[in-house]
Amino acid sequence: MLLRKLIALLVCALVLGLTGTLWAGTLDDVRAKGFVQVGVNGDLFGFGKPDAKGVWKGLDVDTGRAIATAIFGDPSKVKFIPLTAVTRFTALQSGEIDVLCRNATRTLGRETALGLNFAQPNYYDGQGFLIPKSLGVKSAKELDGAAVCVLPGTTTELNVADYFRSNGLKMKPVVIENTAELAKAFFAGRCDCLTSDASQLAGTRAVAPNPDDYIILPEIISKEPLAPAVRHGDDQWYDVVNMTVLALINAEELGITSQNVDEMLKSKDPKVQRFLGVSPGNGKALGLDEKFAYNIIKQVGNYGEIFERNVGKNTPLGIERGLNALWTDGGLMYSPPFK
Amino acid sequence: MAASASPPDTDLSASRFYNDPAKRSLIYQAGVLLMVALLAYYLISNTLANVERQSIATGFGFLEKEASFEIGESLVPYSAADTYARALWVGVLNTLKVSFIGIVLTVLLGTLVGIARLSTNWLVSRMAAVYIEVLQDIPVLLQLFFWYAFFYEMLPSPRQALNPIAGIFLSNRGLMMAVPASHPAWDFMGWALLAAVGLVWLLRRWARKRQARTGQGFPVFWSGVGLLLGLPLLVWLLWGAPTEMDVPHLAGFNFKGGIGISPEFAALLLGLVLYTAAFVAEIVRAGIQSVSKGQTEAAKSLGLRPGLVLNLVVLPQALRVIIPPLTSQMLNLTKNSSLAVAIGYPDFVSVANTTINQTGQAIEGVAMIMIVYLCFSLLTSAFMNWYNKKIALVER
Repeated sequence: MLLRKLIALLVCALVLGLTGTLWAGTLDDVRAKGFVQVGVNGDLFGFGKPDAKGVWKGLDVDTGRAIATAIFGDPSKVKFIPLTAVTRFTALQSGEIDVLCRNATRTLGRETALGLNFAQPNYYDGQGFLIPKSLGVKSAKELDGAAVCVLPGTTTELNVADYFRSNGLKMKPVVIENTAELAKAFFAGRCDCLTSDASQLAGTRAVAPNPDDYIILPEIISKEPLAPAVRHGDDQWYDVVNMTVLALINAEELGITSQNVDEMLKSKDPKVQRFLGVSPGNGKALGLDEKFAYNIIKQVGNYGEIFERNVGKNTPLGIERGLNALWTDGGLMYSPPFK
Repeated sequence: MAASASPPDTDLSASRFYNDPAKRSLIYQAGVLLMVALLAYYLISNTLANVERQSIATGFGFLEKEASFEIGESLVPYSAADTYARALWVGVLNTLKVSFIGIVLTVLLGTLVGIARLSTNWLVSRMAAVYIEVLQDIPVLLQLFFWYAFFYEMLPSPRQALNPIAGIFLSNRGLMMAVPASHPAWDFMGWALLAAVGLVWLLRRWARKRQARTGQGFPVFWSGVGLLLGLPLLVWLLWGAPTEMDVPHLAGFNFKGGIGISPEFAALLLGLVLYTAAFVAEIVRAGIQSVSKGQTEAAKSLGLRPGLVLNLVVLPQALRVIIPPLTSQMLNLTKNSSLAVAIGYPDFVSVANTTINQTGQAIEGVAMIMIVYLCFSLLTSAFMNWYNKKIALVER
């Protein structure tokens, strides 16, 4: 396994060396290939995981589909590549994927040292703790000496160390790279608590042998703006990804859904006309079809639809909109004007 | 003109340098070397250029930065406030720990099973055969998953820990054992043991020389055991025979005090040892079988006891066959220890992976991983080659 991993990383390094000059325009490359390669989680219910029939489902997956739809007008022109927390950024840097939609937190270090650009967050998250009810713990401050299950290579791993340090608590991390293996070890009692982004905890709790035996502690110990990421140095591609996410939000702001988008084409509102490409300009500016926003909303839905479909109240995750509501409803989702 | 157009054949081969095989091969070698160097230069410069274009950080400056992540177990004091260099050192030590203990146990178990495989007792040899066939054929990663799951699924939580013997607790957090509470006597006993080892070595040399000179034997084994046990015991008594124990006790979520073996370490060690020992057993069996039966019969007819037959005749010849493949199994065990990532033991690869991810410096990280494993392997090989030379038959 070491050998395989080394070879993979080495090949990445070589590819980084050999094919660098070919990425002049990711958008052109993607058009030439005929599909977008999107790095996703692969094992996170609600964000990126194939269902029982092998169909990819999740908020990040739908974001990837929206990007494909913006370019090709067809949400199926996408290839999902499951990545672990450890391999995700190398895969993006080396060009194995075109865009990373894998619940990755935007941080200064990743924007700079890792050479990435993060687009508009598609989910505002925060880190919490999942813990068996039977331990009788009410607050994270009571976790002194606990064994903590955590994924390696995540901001989570650093946050939890910071949190325990700043509160003068001791911890014993149990670090397993595979999400499913980590959850198995936690449910078997190898750790006292599992720490991760609150949305992930909800997803993990949903697949627990008996979800009611576990609670999520009230403390949220970090800010985790989860956003799609692209490589530094390709502004056109960055605009396409960024504007695709913003289009999902803007559609919800304008009240356009996959159901009513055809009627909205007849709207007299100039904002709606510009957004849906009835009055042209936006598409050309981005290097996309004038109908790109129409296609996204028609075939994938707006942000609210995607949220409710994957993680919302009527899913096993049952997450409230909270920070992810529109700004007009007290959340953080806000789109600049499409003009 | 006619002369230069058709010189004699002998002159042709001598005058044209490319017709000289020695020179020609030099030219080929230089050409290949040049191509490799050019390729390396191209790859390195291109990688650097691309890394710079994407503004990815390079260099080893990150080693001095604060790691800010915790590590589950460590042989040296470590906290999240330490540097990446220290974190990586913790990983190196953890890899060394599991490899060293693993190699020792593998050689012991492998030898036992290998000898059992040759036993004339039908049941014993069949059981050894089944062990070898089954464990050799299951991928080691699966075995690791099995043992890890076995530990955390089968064992109770710390609050219901099994307590088979006073001072020993077994739970899904691992095996906790009472150890003698810290006292200066223990340090001095360690030194006494070291001194005893030195004395035994000198004693053995002296006994050999004497036997060569006079033919008289000396009971080195038993006097050695006496020295190794007696000297530390004497020191312990001199220090007033401290008996206070540091017993693990449940505090909050976990046990405090004593020493512990984590389920991750136990699963990794067990998986690697059981898997590799199956191969070692076959190597040992092959080595012993390579010594022809006539040798044993000849030694017996000289009147040597069975123990001496094995020690003086069979083993020296068998080891020649055993050592080289045994070395490669030791290297395999060390390299396979990197599978630790899968079951959460913080070995070097695990720590280096986290470092790569937090700093984004994959090329430096992978280079370090390769260098560390290369060093481990070269050191193991060097030691085993030295040993192999030492035990090689000296023809007189």
